[in-house]
Amino acid sequence: MTSRRIFTRPARLAAITPYLWMLLFFLVPFGFVLKISLSQTAIAQPPYIPVFSLADGWQGLKDALSQLNSGNFALLLSDDLYIVSYLRSVVVALSSTALLLAIGYPVAYGMTRLPASLQPLAMTLVIVPFWTSFLIRIYAWINVLQHDGLLNTVLQALHIVDRPVVWLATDSAMYLGIVYSYFPFMILPLYATLAKMDHALLEAAADLGCSRLKAFWLVTLPLSLPGIGAGVLLCFIPIVGEFVIPDLLAGSDRMMIGQTLWLEFFTNKDWPVASAIAIVLLLLLLAPLLLYEKLQRRQLEGAS
Amino acid sequence: MAQRSLVRLSAFNAVSLALGLAFLYLPILILVIYSFNASRLVTVWGGWSLRWYHEFFHDRAMLEAAWMSLRVAFCSATAATLLGTLAAVALVRGAGFRGRTLFSGMLYAPLVMPEVITGLSLLLLFVATGVERGFWTVTIAHTTLTMCFVTVVVQSRLRGLDRSLEEAAMDLGCAPARAFFAVTLPLILPAVIAGWLLAFTLSLDDLVIASFTTGPGAATLPIRIYSEVRLGVKPEINAICTLVIAGVAVVIVAASLASKLSSAQGESAAPL
Repeated sequence: MTSRRIFTRPARLAAITPYLWMLLFFLVPFGFVLKISLSQTAIAQPPYIPVFSLADGWQGLKDALSQLNSGNFALLLSDDLYIVSYLRSVVVALSSTALLLAIGYPVAYGMTRLPASLQPLAMTLVIVPFWTSFLIRIYAWINVLQHDGLLNTVLQALHIVDRPVVWLATDSAMYLGIVYSYFPFMILPLYATLAKMDHALLEAAADLGCSRLKAFWLVTLPLSLPGIGAGVLLCFIPIVGEFVIPDLLAGSDRMMIGQTLWLEFFTNKDWPVASAIAIVLLLLLLAPLLLYEKLQRRQLEGAS
Repeated sequence: MAQRSLVRLSAFNAVSLALGLAFLYLPILILVIYSFNASRLVTVWGGWSLRWYHEFFHDRAMLEAAWMSLRVAFCSATAATLLGTLAAVALVRGAGFRGRTLFSGMLYAPLVMPEVITGLSLLLLFVATGVERGFWTVTIAHTTLTMCFVTVVVQSRLRGLDRSLEEAAMDLGCAPARAFFAVTLPLILPAVIAGWLLAFTLSLDDLVIASFTTGPGAATLPIRIYSEVRLGVKPEINAICTLVIAGVAVVIVAASLASKLSSAQGESAAPL
């Protein structure tokens, strides 16, 4: 008993460095985002005022605070561009998450039906692309989808189409890229819950006269709900802020909010508006983020 | 025996599995094959050639970016492994400490949070504190992101560990810190190594956070590749990508060796 007690104290000491690190480089930066989202755009370096400098101390902080304004947030509401971007992001994230679930579930289910000796191999095969640069994977698709790319060549050779189809710079290409990139994120939590399931339950259902389909509907699906929840959140939250995939694969006429943020920041050099976009995006994602954290903790506690 | 068929691989299961894996691997395979294409036109096959590899090894800017990426990945993975392992120990072994919820929340959030938010917030921190951007700011940013992944990997290994081993060591007079280094650390070492490798590849892969936190003249490989890809497909990029894939393959073999080592010790490997 005493030894157990002794061990928690050094463990708490172990927390100090990573704790301070995360406070300094994860939590504190949001304070700066919030502050700059309330600043005014300026043609300067850095491109916003007021600037708070550590050297000015408390008085400097008070001066900076008194100059804050909420104009950037009003701008977000007044300009259609931003609202449309947010809406498009949520719609794209919802539909691609649904697609991912529809495609990922049968694959994860198939993995659990493999002989036990082959399951680790199947899991490795699913994870390997996740270790490969996502930029490269998206680029690989550009190779396939471009005007004189492999897909059009094959389709023409098979006489399915008589002239090249435009695949790149369309929403379909973007959905394909998103589904492709986030595939492992959906499969892994699904597989983890499905693999833990007790097969005796299915046998019991069959003994009681359930058809396979009905047994799936009444037993497997409800039992895999935690995995579905984790997979959906793990995909939905980052897809909302996705920037690279729509930029490379979708057309340039409609943007997702991540692209809008990028544009405001790097092209228009409007840091305060970019910060305001980030704050609103974060607020939008706060509920699913908290949900994910809760789910994750419950899963870990259940495992121990 | 009729019930057994329920848990067997049905035709539907097999087909969906095969299609899923083909979907994952075909584009990459095509990319690798085309990187050996002699033709300048990416999609016209002109015979096998190492021409584009040759070109990459004479592209100074690309080589510098690759070197920068490797250095950042090495430093940030090492720092992330130290911090992430400490965090995992704290979460698993230190029951309730002040702010534990905040701590675990901060460690989970970066796993899913959109990278544009993480990148922007770190950049604004660096600008506001007047830190010069470049190698170190990217390294700090990558450490922050990847230590969360290390924490998850090490944590799951630590949870599966038999606690009585440490307690036995302490009953035999080991100080807790010594018990950790003599007993616990060797047992979780495969997960720590896997965590380092994961952090390393994640850092090599990252584009968005690096774009925000880097300074002029300090582009990483993904930043360079991205600016080229936006201008269209180039055969040289196929070659670079194939080299990166080959590098990652080596890392994966190393990681699976580490996890074999771990299962040889009678514990299942970490899930990543």
